[in-house]
Amino acid sequence: MNQQKAVIELRGLNKFYDKFQALKDVDLTIHSGERVVICGPSGSGKSTLIRCVNRLEEHSSGVVSVNGTELNDDTKNIRKIRQNVGMVFQQFNLFPHLTVLENLTIGPRRVRGLSKADAQALGKKYLERVHIPEQADKYPAQLSGGQQQRVAIARSLCMEPEILLFDEPTSALDPEMINEVLDVMVELAESGITMVCVTHEMGFARKVADTMVFMEDGEIVETAPPEKFFTNPDSDRCRAFLDQILDH
Amino acid sequence: MKISRITSSLPASILQYLIIMGVLIYTAYSGAQTMGYNWQWSRVPQFIYEIEDGQFIWKEIPKGLVGTLIISAISFVIAIAIGLGMALLRLSDLIVGRILSVTLLEIIRNIPIIVLLYVCYYIFGNIFKLDRFEASVVCLSLYSGVQISEVIRAGIQAVPKGQWEAANSIGMSKIQAYIYIIIPQSIKLIIPPMTGEAVQMIRNSAIVSVIAVLELTTAGRNIISDTYMSFEIWFTVAAVYLVFTLLLSIIVSGVEKRFAIQT
Repeated sequence: MNQQKAVIELRGLNKFYDKFQALKDVDLTIHSGERVVICGPSGSGKSTLIRCVNRLEEHSSGVVSVNGTELNDDTKNIRKIRQNVGMVFQQFNLFPHLTVLENLTIGPRRVRGLSKADAQALGKKYLERVHIPEQADKYPAQLSGGQQQRVAIARSLCMEPEILLFDEPTSALDPEMINEVLDVMVELAESGITMVCVTHEMGFARKVADTMVFMEDGEIVETAPPEKFFTNPDSDRCRAFLDQILDH
Repeated sequence: MKISRITSSLPASILQYLIIMGVLIYTAYSGAQTMGYNWQWSRVPQFIYEIEDGQFIWKEIPKGLVGTLIISAISFVIAIAIGLGMALLRLSDLIVGRILSVTLLEIIRNIPIIVLLYVCYYIFGNIFKLDRFEASVVCLSLYSGVQISEVIRAGIQAVPKGQWEAANSIGMSKIQAYIYIIIPQSIKLIIPPMTGEAVQMIRNSAIVSVIAVLELTTAGRNIISDTYMSFEIWFTVAAVYLVFTLLLSIIVSGVEKRFAIQT
């Protein structure tokens, strides 16, 4: 994997909320096509970390660069990078006033400048990918949580990004809906897209991750391939965390 | 439980309403009677319409009403523009814009409308060569605009932060996010309080009668100074205001229902 080019580079990343330090000197390199799963206890800075990658959070110091472009105050750069970095949120954040298909087409039409017909074709293609083509004309509120999250994934895919960020995509779902979302994510992982997932779904992580990252207190404690990560992690903290969540 | 159900039913509420109105009107009438007021309701219609040579002609009161509606409508449109501009400035990243917006809001909100009208007419009017009508429009639209800016700001802020994040994450600019995502969702929240603002505008417009702009209240004052029928004319003028503001509320609640169905 390391011979691939680096698409996300974080160097000495710090993030403060007033005096509270959410990220402490984080270094991380993610390569094209790599599938990274970030885990760790709540409040460890996982979400903050991936939200810095598309600048939903502004980092306090350090370097964030995506595809060689460094993120700074230049809004043009930020918008360009965001078009190339899709994000799936814990709370779905679908646009409730638009139908499912409109949710998918609004980005391609307004941001990428596609025609209505092209955008709709694209939207239908990705709705097919997440296995709910029949829901195109419904409003988000009429769908189940699992369906909504799949629409949200399709909405990100419609921008045809190289990188997808997942911020605890299954944490707000009822247990019986988690698998339908994870299935879609596994299929995506097999398509070769670069994925960065913050998740507690260790079964999913084992199946798709190239690299596991364990965070605690705003620091990256351990970075390892899953075989090593799950069986023989270097740090005690990581082992303690795994013991806790894998016990049940 | 049962009694409250009977008293809150529709026929019961209409009956309650009629009783209360009956008492009020009776009190007004008997009061006028004891002071020896000479009622002349029969002379009122001539100020509403006249039939001359078989031709139907609208008279002072409807003409005044048209004046009220025109000045209110123009001022309301401008007030919405002012309100939207001020709300967006207030929510922007520009510190100067935010300060400007808040300053204007606090100044206008904290002076009486009649003083604002005098300022617009005697000061701005002289500086910028505004006639009575233009000065009135400036006053009413500023006064209503700052209130509307608060309504719009509240509506925009009520849209969850996640909507901004989702819009941003697909690469939308701030303007695109406002146009396609945020404002369409705010409108539903903004419309009900906006009705109140529209009704207030019609009522507030009466103030411009003090600088003799022709509208309903001015028409009423003119008629009274000719005829001394203050009770009949003020009752009539009040009834006309009431009918039009109620009509407005009913129309808007219809619009609201259509919006509610849409999503």
